[in-house]
Amino acid sequence: MLKIRIIPCLDVKDGRVVKGINFLNLVDAGDPVAQAHFYSKNGADEICFLDISASIEKRTTMLNVVEKTAEKVFIPLTVGGGVSSIENIRDLLKAGADKISINTAGILNENLISQAAEKFGSQCIVAAVDAKKEKDSWAVYSHGGSKNTGIDALEWMQKLQNLGAGEILLTSMDRDGTKKGFDLELLNRASSQLAIPLIASGGVGNLDHFKDGVLVGKANALLAASVFHFGELSIKEVKQYLSNEGINVRIE
Amino acid sequence: MKRSYKIAVIDYKISNMFSIRNAMSLLGFNCEVTSDRSKILSADGAILPGVGSFPYAMKNIKKLGFDETIKDFINTGKPFIGICLGFQLLFDNSTEVEHTNGLEIIHGQVKNLSKNKKITRVPHVGWNSIKKNKKLNQGRIFHPLKNHKDGEYFYFIHSFYVSPKDQNNVYTTSKYGDFEFCSSILKDNIFACQFHPEKSGKKGMEILNAMFKQK
Repeated sequence: MLKIRIIPCLDVKDGRVVKGINFLNLVDAGDPVAQAHFYSKNGADEICFLDISASIEKRTTMLNVVEKTAEKVFIPLTVGGGVSSIENIRDLLKAGADKISINTAGILNENLISQAAEKFGSQCIVAAVDAKKEKDSWAVYSHGGSKNTGIDALEWMQKLQNLGAGEILLTSMDRDGTKKGFDLELLNRASSQLAIPLIASGGVGNLDHFKDGVLVGKANALLAASVFHFGELSIKEVKQYLSNEGINVRIE
Repeated sequence: MKRSYKIAVIDYKISNMFSIRNAMSLLGFNCEVTSDRSKILSADGAILPGVGSFPYAMKNIKKLGFDETIKDFINTGKPFIGICLGFQLLFDNSTEVEHTNGLEIIHGQVKNLSKNKKITRVPHVGWNSIKKNKKLNQGRIFHPLKNHKDGEYFYFIHSFYVSPKDQNNVYTTSKYGDFEFCSSILKDNIFACQFHPEKSGKKGMEILNAMFKQK
């Protein structure tokens, strides 16, 4: 039986882990290699790195972080943030990433998604979508959540699937960093229309939120940052709780 | 201390071979990613890894002359592991993109998960459990899952699965929804699996160690 995955996400800026509240006010939360190693030993099903460095030079730092992590961490590693070309993807895979998450560059150039899927396989392409509620629909935002593209999020996810994305990482911008729980309506609608796995992100703050993401949102994987980084919840605690609630998770 | 066992990771220029090398190095093996036939054949064990497309992979393998090298290595009787695409490539053929012949070392076909009516979401991504074929438990030289139990989890990521002709080679099965498929095979000195031992934490590392240390 396939398990629901719990994925800690590390926002990495210039080689250090940070996590913002509503994409602002960054707080330093440590060394990415050490954190990834810690999480892999404590029940994480995957690790996700999101590079939010501003400059291209600093992105080389990320390759080093990925390389060092891959020497120590033997669970899947997804890396994203600023990925804009086939060369970027190849470099990250070569450094030891297993999956690459693509966001803005895929919006600006849809061919990048299809070419990447063709070249490296759908299984390694995770399409990231930042969505914000607008009355009865959700709009896709690009450039780290700063630009409204005017694209409908549900239609865009369908398109990403058709272009060859292997998974969708869906972040609710309204909920990200708020600890008010996932946007369950968004998740549920996305999940019921998609035929590829859906990773829920943005807003998880307590144990019930994790449960709702699976039972109501119908997500296949749950991504969280702050609750884990600041030690409010441990991954083991979350998994034990989900297991008690009848949800299939990997407990070793 | 490094063990003297030399393990060759067969590099057929398609994907990242470093995860498996990192894993083998951490276990203390003397591991080299190589495309050199003599280095592969002189190694104490070999691994055929890989993710990506079956037709593209076969094209590269043929171009590099590895179809013969892989068969020659297997004929030496030394331990051989195929992982994910490297597992699928051992079979007769695949329907991925177009009908493509494989290495034809294990009989059977590689099929598309999404053509299966019992499955709603493809790729099959994440941690899934295994069930061992109890008949395969006796009198084996190579038996990398000897100490593993039914229900232990490994990391899968794939859109295709294998359908072996001879059920006696099936080492483990796994279930995705209601669909049960072959998740690994064991045949003489060949162990090959759909899941990624090098991405499956401690339990996965134990398999790699068990396969190669039994020499």
